[in-house]
Amino acid sequence: MEGWPLLSLVTFLPLIGAGFVLVIRGDEELVARNARYVALWTSLITFVLSLFIWFGFERGTAEFQFVETAAWLPSFGINYRMGVDGISMPFVLLSTLLTPLCIIASWEAIQSRVKEYMIAFLVLETLMVGMFCALDFVVFYVFFEGVLIPMFLIIGVWGGGRRVYAAFKFFLFTFAGSVLMLIALLTIFFKTGTTDIETLLTARLPAEMQLYLWLAFFASFAVKIPMWPVHTWLPDAHVEAPTAGSVILAGILLKMGGYGFLRFSVPMLPEATEFFAPLVFALSVVAVIYTSLVALAQEDMKKLIAYSSVAHMGFVTVGIFTLNQQGIEGAMYQMLSHGLVSAALFLCVGVVYDRLHTREIARYGGLVHNMPHYSVVFMIFMLASVGLPGTSGFIGEFLVIVGAFQVNTWIALLIASGMVLGAAYMLYLYRRVIFGQLTKDDLKSMLDMNLREKVVFAPLIALVLLMGVYPMPFLDVMSASVENLIANYEAALAAAGEEGPSLASLWPAERIAEVLR
Amino acid sequence: MISADLGAALPEIFLVVLAMALLLVGVFQKRQALLRVFYPSLGVLAITFLLVATGPDRTEAFEGLFVVDAFARYMKLLVLLGSFVSLVLSLRYIQRENMARFEFPVLILFATLGMMMMISADDLIALYIGLELQSLSLYVVAAFRRDTLRSTEAGLKYFVLSALASGMLLYGASLVYGFTASTDFTALASTIEASVAEGDLALGLVVGLVFIAAGLAFKVSAVPFHMWTPDVYEGAPTPVTAFFATAPKVAAMALFVRVMIEPFGDLAGQWQQIIIFVSILSMILGAVAAINQRNIKRLMAYSSIGHIGYALVGLAAGTEEGVRGIAIYLAIYLVMNLGTFAVILCMRQRDRMVEDIDDLKGLSRTHPMMALALAILMFSLAGVPPMAGFFGKVYVFMAAVQAELYTLAVIGVLSSVIAAFYYLRIVKLMYFDEPAEAFDRPIGRELGVVLGVSSVLVLLFFLQPDILVGGAEAAAAALFAG
Repeated sequence: MEGWPLLSLVTFLPLIGAGFVLVIRGDEELVARNARYVALWTSLITFVLSLFIWFGFERGTAEFQFVETAAWLPSFGINYRMGVDGISMPFVLLSTLLTPLCIIASWEAIQSRVKEYMIAFLVLETLMVGMFCALDFVVFYVFFEGVLIPMFLIIGVWGGGRRVYAAFKFFLFTFAGSVLMLIALLTIFFKTGTTDIETLLTARLPAEMQLYLWLAFFASFAVKIPMWPVHTWLPDAHVEAPTAGSVILAGILLKMGGYGFLRFSVPMLPEATEFFAPLVFALSVVAVIYTSLVALAQEDMKKLIAYSSVAHMGFVTVGIFTLNQQGIEGAMYQMLSHGLVSAALFLCVGVVYDRLHTREIARYGGLVHNMPHYSVVFMIFMLASVGLPGTSGFIGEFLVIVGAFQVNTWIALLIASGMVLGAAYMLYLYRRVIFGQLTKDDLKSMLDMNLREKVVFAPLIALVLLMGVYPMPFLDVMSASVENLIANYEAALAAAGEEGPSLASLWPAERIAEVLR
Repeated sequence: MISADLGAALPEIFLVVLAMALLLVGVFQKRQALLRVFYPSLGVLAITFLLVATGPDRTEAFEGLFVVDAFARYMKLLVLLGSFVSLVLSLRYIQRENMARFEFPVLILFATLGMMMMISADDLIALYIGLELQSLSLYVVAAFRRDTLRSTEAGLKYFVLSALASGMLLYGASLVYGFTASTDFTALASTIEASVAEGDLALGLVVGLVFIAAGLAFKVSAVPFHMWTPDVYEGAPTPVTAFFATAPKVAAMALFVRVMIEPFGDLAGQWQQIIIFVSILSMILGAVAAINQRNIKRLMAYSSIGHIGYALVGLAAGTEEGVRGIAIYLAIYLVMNLGTFAVILCMRQRDRMVEDIDDLKGLSRTHPMMALALAILMFSLAGVPPMAGFFGKVYVFMAAVQAELYTLAVIGVLSSVIAAFYYLRIVKLMYFDEPAEAFDRPIGRELGVVLGVSSVLVLLFFLQPDILVGGAEAAAAALFAG
């Protein structure tokens, strides 16, 4: 595969598949069948190709790999540039893995407009993969925003009762955040004369300007990840989206925010990052505790998992802004783990939703009696979400807490309490759905998982357990890039320190302390 | 000397001679007058397009009244494209809706001629004549369905308000002449440059500038001079609305840019604040006021007000990059609007035109390809990448950021979020809602072609943006070289 434009291939192959699906003609039944198979095969081939990235990726270096460059807007020096490093590569794999699983999961659940559905998912895959691979800010932005279109349609067309409200809320929230990033992008372009991400990673911008740029980025990424208090679109979007839509939302779209912080906010705006880190910590701690409590009170399974996502993403933001090796690797690990676990949890909800067409927790109970396989699968992911040692969730949360301890004990303590609350709401959910007496008649007739459903869960279970027991191969991939990120960050701060007092020393907290003295 | 002058104005002369000839043909034809004028009119526009495209480089003619440069050429090509496509879109409509009179294509030709004169005007008097030729033709086509109340009302309203704006423009021009003793753009520029350098800028000149800006703002329908737009758009026959929304907008915007940059370039500090103010108001009003519209033509009217606001962001920057942004924006805007109006012209149920946005319900079921194309256009109008509309916005905001107009840029992008709401609502109606009645078939091949081509152009613009950007760059450079 040497010399192949592997990243572009992985990015645009689904789009070609979407083109094929578009031209399928015939009667409705036939079109649906063919659309499903074309989509499945396209996404499977894409996944296999992406494995070449995983195995061909050189560990131990922070360099961008598989780099491709082509002129795009020569008059502005903007190029179509693709490449991955240890921070972006795992997400590419996550995207290519989840898409075929989504397509299999929707095999029977989606019966109307199958052709359009498959096109939407394949286009979505192109945009997601392209976003993680983009090495030019403008290219990144195009993919980043483009994701909204298929997701808007997926929620709006195939969603539940309040799908229109949810789709609009999702679109407008994220769009509002992103356009501010566009202004920041243009400002950076004029200050540095380039939009090449690799160059920008080490470019130094004036400290004061960094503050505004950071806030503009924050508006975009905080909505995407999402952070409290701009998380409110997430429960709505998750609840109303079809199962596979929720999987992609939780599995990948939320990670775009975290990826954005790691790729743009931290390396490009180091002084502002230092300045705003306490803000992020405060919001994250609130998110972890508040949304965990909210999750406890939920009556709707999907809503509960959606709130748990916000809480887990709180761990991620804390981890990123600790700016030490453990914290950032933990955040990365937590994102990958959450990408698998929350995706699987939504699929678990989808399994029973397909049978009973309700997500209300109270309508279930005692499923362990007639759905033993399902109960086991659900348990594994429920425990992974809680962060039980031996599952992927544990490694991520543990590393984040270790990282947080080095910054501030209180933060570590408070987010660790989130783990306890997480156990509370997940176990409570599990008890209400799986255990108890099987009294309801319609539940008694429910069948256990079929082969297709097991096929969907098998790779997820294997990965979650592997990541929990043997994290080395995953950490190896990212460690060099994370080290480099931190080294650059500290070098930038040191260079800024020589020029004058750092921005962070302007914090009112210090001023207040001075006054009190 | 005179032959060189005529050479520079060859496309205009060709157009006017042929338009007159077609008028005669129409008058003396007993039967089928419309078709015998209509198809040649298309040919005339196409040939004029070629003549403009192969025209000379920067030439001044008629003692500085008329100028041809890359900017004029770029804008004229857009205008001719807009006129041509709107005319193509109109045929079926005028035949069905009792408008089949041969004057229609001829009036469009005269309006186009007026626009080309406006774009090439290098003198306040030439500007006014071009503008009036355009406006007079437009008043008539707006009221072309003289048997319906709405159309005549639209024509009258447009006439009265537009005459007022012309009056303001003329008053401003006379003030400018009074304080500088010149109407020629080049002479004005040097006089103003000298007086700015000496620091004795006459207040009357600034007042004149404000009046001219107000008159031009009316012509591009920028807030607060936008009131006529929704009513005229709604009342005028739909192909006329399609025409109004495209060619005259481009021409008026080109005129606006030339007047502000060329003669008054040294007064940028004075007019910049006006433009910023007008631009912000247009963007916000265009976004907010469209939310409650149920009539798609009215909705497009407010949408066009908003889009003019975005284009004005480029003018507010007052730089070469800004003009480049405007040029790109106008081209993309033109294509998006022509495509959208092709859909609006398809909106017929049981042999009757319908205009309510609810009539688009479930279009993705009844006409899947039309719905897909319109969805692409709507996402583009909303400015979502990778559609062309996004790049249009990027180029104007790029100019604004470069000129450090951060507030303007932030307000602009936030208003585009509000505007996204109503564009998305169209997508919602087409895709999320259950089908209403289907539109009459066949929709007409020419409508299908226009819609298909425009949506493909909008979708695939990102593949080769440099074709358009290169032209716009040359246009902007020409304006600043002069």
